[in-house]
Amino acid sequence: MSSLQQALESGKFGVTAEMAPPKGYDFSKQMEDAEILKGLVHGVNVTDMQSACLKATSLGLCIKLKQAGLEPILQMTGRDRSRMAIMGEFLTAAAFGIDTMLALTGDHTVVGDCKESKPVFDLDSCGILRMLTEMEETNKDCGGNDLEGEAPKFYKGASVTPVYEPLVLQINKLRKKVECGAKYVQTQGIFDIDSLKRFMDEVDKANIKVHVMAGIIPLKTAGMARYMNASVPGIDVPEWMMERLSAAAAEGKEKGVKGLPAKAGIEMAAEMIQKIKEEKICDGIHLMTIGAEKNIPVILEKAGVSISE
Amino acid sequence: MIITQKKPIEELMAMLEGVTKVGIVGCASCATSCKTGGQPEMEEMKAYLEAHGKEVVAMAIPDESCQKLLVKKEVKVFRNTGVEAIVSMACGDGAQTVAVNVDVPVYPSNNTMFLGQAERVGVFNEACRMCGDCVVGQTAGICPITQCAKSLVNGPCGGQKNGKCEVNPENDCAWIKIYNRLVELGQEDKLLETRPDKGYAAYSYPRKISLKEEKK
Repeated sequence: MSSLQQALESGKFGVTAEMAPPKGYDFSKQMEDAEILKGLVHGVNVTDMQSACLKATSLGLCIKLKQAGLEPILQMTGRDRSRMAIMGEFLTAAAFGIDTMLALTGDHTVVGDCKESKPVFDLDSCGILRMLTEMEETNKDCGGNDLEGEAPKFYKGASVTPVYEPLVLQINKLRKKVECGAKYVQTQGIFDIDSLKRFMDEVDKANIKVHVMAGIIPLKTAGMARYMNASVPGIDVPEWMMERLSAAAAEGKEKGVKGLPAKAGIEMAAEMIQKIKEEKICDGIHLMTIGAEKNIPVILEKAGVSISE
Repeated sequence: MIITQKKPIEELMAMLEGVTKVGIVGCASCATSCKTGGQPEMEEMKAYLEAHGKEVVAMAIPDESCQKLLVKKEVKVFRNTGVEAIVSMACGDGAQTVAVNVDVPVYPSNNTMFLGQAERVGVFNEACRMCGDCVVGQTAGICPITQCAKSLVNGPCGGQKNGKCEVNPENDCAWIKIYNRLVELGQEDKLLETRPDKGYAAYSYPRKISLKEEKK
């Protein structure tokens, strides 16, 4: 059984990390990070050409991680693959023991770095989930043909954007994702506990049964926060966080010490995780460290989160 | 209507290299509205070609350049003119309809862009991607296949910022528009309807529809 599934279904606080394959074929940085993450997370979500920028495939790094003894989560968007290609990826993934997935519609190719690539969008996130659910239930492929042997089973997840206006549209889409087979969702990066609480209230009110993992993005600088506020949909970093990062930068300059803003970012992320866990706001967290996976042990330690609890 | 845009004239002139006697076929329908193939544009084309060493032997403007029988009648003006090539100033369909009715090469002066609505004179919006399975009854008369850059049928992605699309910030998020309109119509419940994933088995082209065969 998927280790994330095991954790969430037994009421444990779920912890996942995120990793991006390289723009190339040297996976050594990812494998070094994997060693650091061993035993600290229930799964490592491997992005599928995030922001529509070309990378090695999610499946490739998932296989590498699995072979290194981690629990990879195969992320799959509908942007670059038809339903046949998507199903083929999952059959291949299952052959390597990969049993957890996350479905996304995917960023459009025109916002990425290979703009002339054809946006496929044969299936959206709901469609990918539904196709896998039907495969499991019927033992048939996407054309209705019998599979050889038993269909593989995946613990299925999706994403959701809690800071969204009108929120009813996200709640409605979330309901559809769950109807299509999602058992857990990871949220867009959360920077304000109250907005997460409001979102969880809406999920409860809508009577949607799904495990929610709050997305946590440790901030590195005030500039990064401002950039994300201006250009990343669903991100809303509050002013006080940017002030704390700026103050850390000023302090570092004065004392001639490097890395203080990143340290402040780590502390703020840890405080948030601690609060989410203590107040039982949702079922777990998903850490999006954007290349700084080496910081995950210290974040979890400061937050007092351990998967061996 | 079918929205067309003029090709760069150099592209057309390259196609016409070595040709002296040219015919022109416009279209009194869509291309006239798009100002790419109506009478005035045909006159402009004639003047341009003649100023560049061509001889325009005859011109025709069928009511619709996509009507095979109509075009067949109209292209009779090129008989015995020694025409070496014909410039079609219609859409891609029009150019092909002319091509099946003549025995000289046909060169298009336009690019065919999309099926759209005329917002006002000279301003056209893409409105329908001709998906063959109209959903606007569930989406408050707003087509998500066309208005959403990802053609999402189950609701929005997370990619809108202040109601604008991540793909082109000049465009409103189709699903927010659909939601607002459904609220106005008192039809929010339609948001809950799930649709089967669109299949493509029936869309292998070229397709053909015959009312005669449908009746059988």
